[in-house]
Formats: sequence, structure tokens, C-alpha cells
Amino acid sequence: MKQLVILSGKGGTGKTSVTAAFAHLLAQEASPFRSVLADADVDASNLELVLSPEIVSREDFRGGQIAVIDQDRCNACGICQDVCRFDAVLDDGEGGYRIDPLACDGCAACVYQCPEEAISLHDQVVGQWFRSESRFGPLFHAALRPAQENSGKLVTLVKQQARLLALDEDYDLVLVDGPPGIGCPVISAVSGADLALIVAEPTASGVHDMRRALETTNHFDVPALVCINKADIYPEGAAEIETFCQSEGIPVVGRIPFDTTVTGAMVQGQPVTYFQPDAPASRALLRVWDEVADIIEGLAE
Amino acid sequence: MKIAISSTDGKLDTPFNPRFGRCEYFIFVDGDTREWEAKANPAASARGGAGPQAAQFLASSGVEAAISGKFGPNAYSSLEAAGIGAYEADSGTPADLLDRFLAGTLKQVNAPTGPKRH
Amino acid sequence: MIIAVASGKGGTGKTTVATGLALSLAETGQPVACLDCDVEAPNAHIFLNPTFEHRETVNQLIPAVDPDLCDGCGKCADVCQFHAIVVLGGKTLVFPELCHGCGSCTLVCPQKAIREVPKAQGILEGGPAASGGRTAAGIDFAQGLLNVGEPMAVPVISQLKKWRGLSDTDIVILDAPPGASCPVVESMRGADFALLVTEPTPFGLHDLRLAVELAREIDIPAGVIVNRDGIGDAGVDDYCREAGVPILMRIPMDRQIAEALARGESLVDAFPEYRDQFRDLHDRIVEQIVRQRVGS
Repeated sequence: MKQLVILSGKGGTGKTSVTAAFAHLLAQEASPFRSVLADADVDASNLELVLSPEIVSREDFRGGQIAVIDQDRCNACGICQDVCRFDAVLDDGEGGYRIDPLACDGCAACVYQCPEEAISLHDQVVGQWFRSESRFGPLFHAALRPAQENSGKLVTLVKQQARLLALDEDYDLVLVDGPPGIGCPVISAVSGADLALIVAEPTASGVHDMRRALETTNHFDVPALVCINKADIYPEGAAEIETFCQSEGIPVVGRIPFDTTVTGAMVQGQPVTYFQPDAPASRALLRVWDEVADIIEGLAE
Repeated sequence: MKIAISSTDGKLDTPFNPRFGRCEYFIFVDGDTREWEAKANPAASARGGAGPQAAQFLASSGVEAAISGKFGPNAYSSLEAAGIGAYEADSGTPADLLDRFLAGTLKQVNAPTGPKRH
Repeated sequence: MIIAVASGKGGTGKTTVATGLALSLAETGQPVACLDCDVEAPNAHIFLNPTFEHRETVNQLIPAVDPDLCDGCGKCADVCQFHAIVVLGGKTLVFPELCHGCGSCTLVCPQKAIREVPKAQGILEGGPAASGGRTAAGIDFAQGLLNVGEPMAVPVISQLKKWRGLSDTDIVILDAPPGASCPVVESMRGADFALLVTEPTPFGLHDLRLAVELAREIDIPAGVIVNRDGIGDAGVDDYCREAGVPILMRIPMDRQIAEALARGESLVDAFPEYRDQFRDLHDRIVEQIVRQRVGS
């Protein structure tokens, strides 16, 4: 069983459109793999908008804990405010203190320093995760409530559930739609993957953003491939990406042209390869998938 | 001597799990009597630091040797500090791996063998 | 006045709007600062061409244990919520990448065996911006850059927001990261207005809802810019009407705009007619803030 994660340094380069197309192609009869899908962009989970999944089970996700002050015990000494390094202990305007839940890191420094033992940590339900059946196979996804922490932990959980199902039911592949950036949720999404596909865009910052994503996959020892989306919008930028990849020995597995059919498909809630198989973007995605599939088959067990 | 083997389903006769920190179960085996039991790994869904937490779990269970696929830097240094030997395997069931361990054909590692995980 | 430019979805045009607004306002002589808070993938510098005159490291404090003083009591490990410090075989081990830098272990150590040492998490760099060969007088620019492999963007963002020399009279424009979790919260906290950039597609709408909820949670007024207007459907317009969030500006879908931005030209340099639109946008934002204050 292999794990393929779709990434990009910058947001909005088309990760989800690529993932949805792959999910569609993977579900075809001729596909060499059976796959489980996981949406690891728990901040802004969009894969479900294309796969129209039916939720089979839902569970609350308890994220990090936050500190709560018992006002009856508090003697307003202010030690909690002194020790907090996250600016999360605020004056309550009445000579006492209150915790700003958005700023609290759950480190418990205040809990252990409070001489009155007036502070304790409490679990927070910060989101939900779902197991769904989609028309292209099982999908694990989640919804983090806005303004919450711990998206990395939720990413780990979603991926772990997908992996367990894949192991239990002998699936060949877990396809993970990753979050943007290089921080905590991305690290969780990359961790344990066998292969990463980075969706790059040819812009003035495209090479730079892609490099940051590549440095992250490198750091965690995950081999990476690159495909260039909207490749024709700035041909010089696309050439720059290719030159860089060539010099680093990173395979460029395709160039997807700028094609408004991609947006049309999104509006219809369809993968573009299903919506209009003959559109330029669909044909390019099919070629990208063929290359990626070959590389997955070549990965050592 | 008590030995711990990383496992996905806690069974002796199915392939072992090569992930140390985030395996679902550890199979604890008494090397002399071959009595065994599976215990859920409390570090499997840790938000971070699964390797050290799993090592702590083994240390508190009195384990002297750990068998898994790869040991990342954090897991390795934790096992080393706890005086638990780290033994590397590529495939097999926990029952096979126990035999190979007792026969002395499993390789003990003296440095981290896996990439850093989150 | 602090304006945070945000969006749930990535790639909707936050940076286009933040830099366009900064350039348009600076040319009227107003003191403008622009801070790129997307420390995982900062891009605003491409459109503002700053000269970086100041650099500083963002450090986090991590524990260092003196083995001569440590008696292996394990109190540090008991209080650490992140398992970044553990005691095994009588030895105390520190795992720096798990540490949140809260200092709790140092405070509880009865032997005073722990001191804290700085560990670099990222850098800040900044200086005056010049764009398109013209000096955009007045734009004080700074960006944060998270080191690769470091999970936590928030400390880099919070230090960036305290960038040197910002004054209360400045118009501060924050280019926020995508998403709706902690790094975005840190960027938006303390802002006077959230300018939410979206595109009229189902993805854009789904993520705009999250961004609006987030602004409400943080309790700051919000308005919407519809970028690539005309590519998708009417969902975003319908939602904004129902939710009572004003649409303050529209930028049409135009392949020429996409090409200019890809080349690294700012919207207002490539299409000067947008300058007036951005200045109008600023006036509308002020009006929204005033309306909110009077209303509440």
C-alpha cells in the first residue's frame, strides 16, 4: 500500500482539481490501483465539493486543550499573566483575569504556576471528521471549525484512518489532497507518504514556492514529482520551473494548460476529466496520471 | 527478557508494522516462555513526539529489546537512553521475527535508521 | 488602521489586492506599511520590490538541561503538554522540534537544572518598497519567512506584527496566509477590518464562509472582494447578500491580468485604472469601520 500526497507551496495552484481528476481516473475499471481518498486540507476542505460524498460516520475531533480560570478560587495575583508567553491571559476589566481562547496554546504553564490551583485545562471540540462513501471510493475528510488550532493533529488523524481502512481492506493506494504552505499541517500530510506530487504554477514566485515545498518533502525524506498547472500563462516561468527541476533531478510529469473548463467542472461539482474528457486540461491530466501511476508502480515495496 | 514488536492488528501471524512510534499495537513477548500479549500503543495518535512516547511506554513495561522497521532520530535516542536495544527488520510476522531475534539473526542498530517524523 | 487581507482558499488574489491597495494609497502620500504574514509562502515582495535594510531572527526558547544539576525527577516531563522533554533511564532528553517554548519546564525544575537557549524558527526582513522602477514613497514593507521543517508559523507572524517603526497613524496592510486556523487568526487579531478575497466558484464560496465566520469569531468587520469575476456562478453574490457582508470591489476574469501577475507586475502597474478603484475601496473600508463602531 502506497501513499501519494498532492502538495503546493502556495495555495490555489489547483491541488484539489488535480486530486479530483486522479480520484476519477483511479476509479476507472482499467486503473491498476484501488484507492482510499483523504482530504488533508482540513482548514478548507474542498474535495467533497467535487466528489459528492455520502457521510457514513462522523466523529467529534477534540483538539488542543485550553486553560480555564475558576473565578471562585482566583485571588487575582497575576502570576498566570506573567508566565504566559502567548499573550493569552487578559485583564478582565474587574481586577481579575480571563483566558483568550484564541491565543491560548494549551501549554499549561499557568496551570502549574497558579498558587491557588484555580486554573485547569479543558478539552475543546474543534471540529469533526468523517468517513464517507464517494462515487470514486471511500473518502476521509474533516471540518475544522474556523479559528481553531491543531489542524496538524486532525490531518494526522484523517490520514491514519484512511491508512487503516486501506490496510484492512487491501487497497493499493491512499491519495491525499494536501494543505497549502510548509507548516504544521503540511508536515503532518507529508509524514509517512511514499511520494509527493507538487502542483506548481508558473508565476514570478512559482519557482520559489515550489522550492519551499520541495525542501519540505526533502526534509522528511519523501520523493517528489512536479507538475505545472496553467503552464502557458507565463511560459518563461514554466521554463524556469523545468530548468530548476532538471538541475535537481526532480521529474516534471506534465504541463496542464490554462483552461476555463477546469472552473466549469468545479461549478458543476465534477472532476474535469469526467466533465469534459476531451478538454485540453483533461487530456493533460490523463497524461500526468499515467506518468505518476508508472512511478508508483515502480516504488519498491 | 521482554521483547516488543510493532504491529498493526496485535496478532502474531500477520505482517508486522514497520512504523515504530505510530504502530497501532505492540506485541510483548517473554523471550524465555514465549508467552505474549498485545497492548495498544498509547502513542499511535499522539499529536507529536510519537517515537519518544512509544519508547517511554516500552520502558515502563520493562522491555529490553524493540523490533520494528525503522527508528527515527527521536525514537532511537529515547530507546538508547532507556537502555532498550533497537532491532531492525524489513518484513515478516511477529512470530517469525521473534524466532529470528532469538536465533540472533536480527540486526541491532546503533544509529537512527529512519527519517525524522513529525 | 490595520487592514487584514485574508481568504479561506489559497490563490484567490490576496497578494494582488494587498499590494494593489498599498501602492495606490502610498501614491497619495499616506504613510503605508505592508506586512506579508504568509510566512510559509511570502509573495508580496515580488510586486513591491523592497530593499531589505533590516533583518532579524525569530527565536523560540528551548530548554537545555545541565546533566550535573539534573537528578532525573521528571517534573519537567510531567508538565510538558507536548512531550518535548522526557526522562528515560534517568536521563532527561529534549526534542526541540516538539517544544512550544512555553518555559513551563524551566519554571518547575526544583534543581534549577534547566536554562533556556534560543533556537531560530524563521527570519523577518524589511525595508522601503519600490515598484516598477518608481519609488512607491511611503511603503514600509516587511515579511516573515518560516524555516523549512519548522511547524509553527504563529510566533513568526506575531513577531512580524511588532515590526520596528510602525506607528499608529500608518495604514497597515497585512497579507494573511490562506486557511482559517491559527496562523490566520494570529494575522487577523487586532486588525480593524478583514478584507476577504474570493473567487465566484464553489471552492471560493465554501472557503469564504469559513473566513466570514472567522472574522465574526475574532469580532472584526469584514467585506468581500470578488476576484476573477465572471468565471463561475452566482453563489458568492447570493451568500454575501444573505449573510449581510458587503461586496466592496470586483476584479474581472481577464487572461491579461493573470499573465501580468504571473510575470510579477502588480495589478496597478499593469492596469493603472485600478488605482482609483483601490482608493475608493479604502474609503469604503473606512466607512464600514465607522458604521460598525456607531452600530455597536
